[in-house]
Amino acid sequence: MGYLNSRNIMITLPQIIKGLVIPVGILFIWQLLSYQIHNNFILPGWGEICSILFIPGEPLFGGPSLLENSFYSLERVLAGFLLAIIVAVPLGLICGWSKEVYTYVNPFIQIIRPIPPIAWMPLAIAWFSIGFGSIIFIIFIGSFFPVLISTLDGVRVVRIHWLEVAETLGATTTEKFLTVVIPASLPFIWTGLRVAFAVAWMCVVAAEMLPGTSAGLGYLIMYAYNLGQIQVIVAGMVIIGIIGIASDCFFRIGQARFFSWQGKE
Amino acid sequence: MKDILVLDGISKVFSDGISVYPALSNISFAIRKREIVCLMGPSGCGKSTVLRIIAGLMKADAGMVHSGVCDEPACIHAAMVFQEHGLFPWLSVYDNVAYGLRLKIRSFKETEIRKRVTTLLFLVHLEAFSSSLPHQLSGGMKQRVAVARALAIEPEILLMDEPFSALDSYTRMELEDEVLRIRHEMNTTFLFVTHNPEEAVYLADRIIVLSARPATVRDVIPVSFPYPRDIGDPQVIEVIRLVTRMVTSKEK
Repeated sequence: MGYLNSRNIMITLPQIIKGLVIPVGILFIWQLLSYQIHNNFILPGWGEICSILFIPGEPLFGGPSLLENSFYSLERVLAGFLLAIIVAVPLGLICGWSKEVYTYVNPFIQIIRPIPPIAWMPLAIAWFSIGFGSIIFIIFIGSFFPVLISTLDGVRVVRIHWLEVAETLGATTTEKFLTVVIPASLPFIWTGLRVAFAVAWMCVVAAEMLPGTSAGLGYLIMYAYNLGQIQVIVAGMVIIGIIGIASDCFFRIGQARFFSWQGKE
Repeated sequence: MKDILVLDGISKVFSDGISVYPALSNISFAIRKREIVCLMGPSGCGKSTVLRIIAGLMKADAGMVHSGVCDEPACIHAAMVFQEHGLFPWLSVYDNVAYGLRLKIRSFKETEIRKRVTTLLFLVHLEAFSSSLPHQLSGGMKQRVAVARALAIEPEILLMDEPFSALDSYTRMELEDEVLRIRHEMNTTFLFVTHNPEEAVYLADRIIVLSARPATVRDVIPVSFPYPRDIGDPQVIEVIRLVTRMVTSKEK
């Protein structure tokens, strides 16, 4: 074991170079193949793809640009994600703290949780109609459970010892909750947010690919597919990947900055 | 000197729903201000239970814990230092020590808190580490922070539940001297659970020896050597032997 457990987030130059070998290799092979196949409907060259990526502000197919479509998707993700946090974090804190509430709520959670978020799409459209509302609902469903489950775990592993220390120093039940339970479970909640954001990001792209939407990266990819513009599809995928990595980095940096104490006592 | 804590006929029975296990039986003793009293006894005899009852973490089934300071049963003002330091890992050393002072029952002003915490950090020689997080400290330093945190609420008595047993022996000796120095400087009263006869004889004014379960007070050994004590002194060694014999012998 060992190397996977390393909490060291510093990355050395040789590591970066080693990590780049495979992606660069694939790009190279892709380029060779596209040259060989010479058919933009199957495998566009990177020149074509980059010509889309390098002008992200230009309107595409007379509609929103790559950048604008990204913002639409991000806006939806953030709305659904924040809504999920607002509901899931307090609920998780209460369920983790009170055995009684947990007994009531847990079976319901376990029943709903395995349903893939996208399976809710028809119901979402029936309830919230096509567009913003139904997509937000899907994202909410997708990010709600990771946040809830990790908040629950966070509260349930709070050490009794900490609570006893707080009690001997004179903390009331409310104070124990505010000054011990919440800070002790924050790293778990944060991990939940990280997982939830990744799920939400996948949900938004999938939801936007369904009929009825008129903007967003998922929509752009499907629209480009219908027009046979494969280079736009790949460009859209690249943007989706970049935003995914960037958000994950954000959560990782937050983890290192604020929760470095976790697991080390 | 007047009594600061009186235990009067404390009994405790544990139950797992099927059978009952008597833990403490009619334990009575008193502790005077500025005393260091060590509580010893065979493993599992209920020494920690006594401390937990005094600290209010557990209720006795019979008997009373009185404070010498007031008659209200709720006003026994004890703080506890555990074997596991129990520092809050997300708070800095400073905020850990300030924790008890920021609670509603005290609601000190931030300037008053600063004054007290700074004084305490000097007392335990950790003034340079006030913004460190607990995981950046050594085991001995963590336990010093735990002591400072407990002292911050100005308890009538400090309950120490085998606080140094997880430390290496050099650090342990250092912290034992700290205890004596803190008593000297702050007139603190200590009730100190330990397994270590040397530690008990080095620190205590009196050693209370409990019997095996259900625990009763088996004997009280006064230790009258002047401080600082030399645990190599033949007379001191004699007392250490006596204590060791009392704790390990099976007879009641």
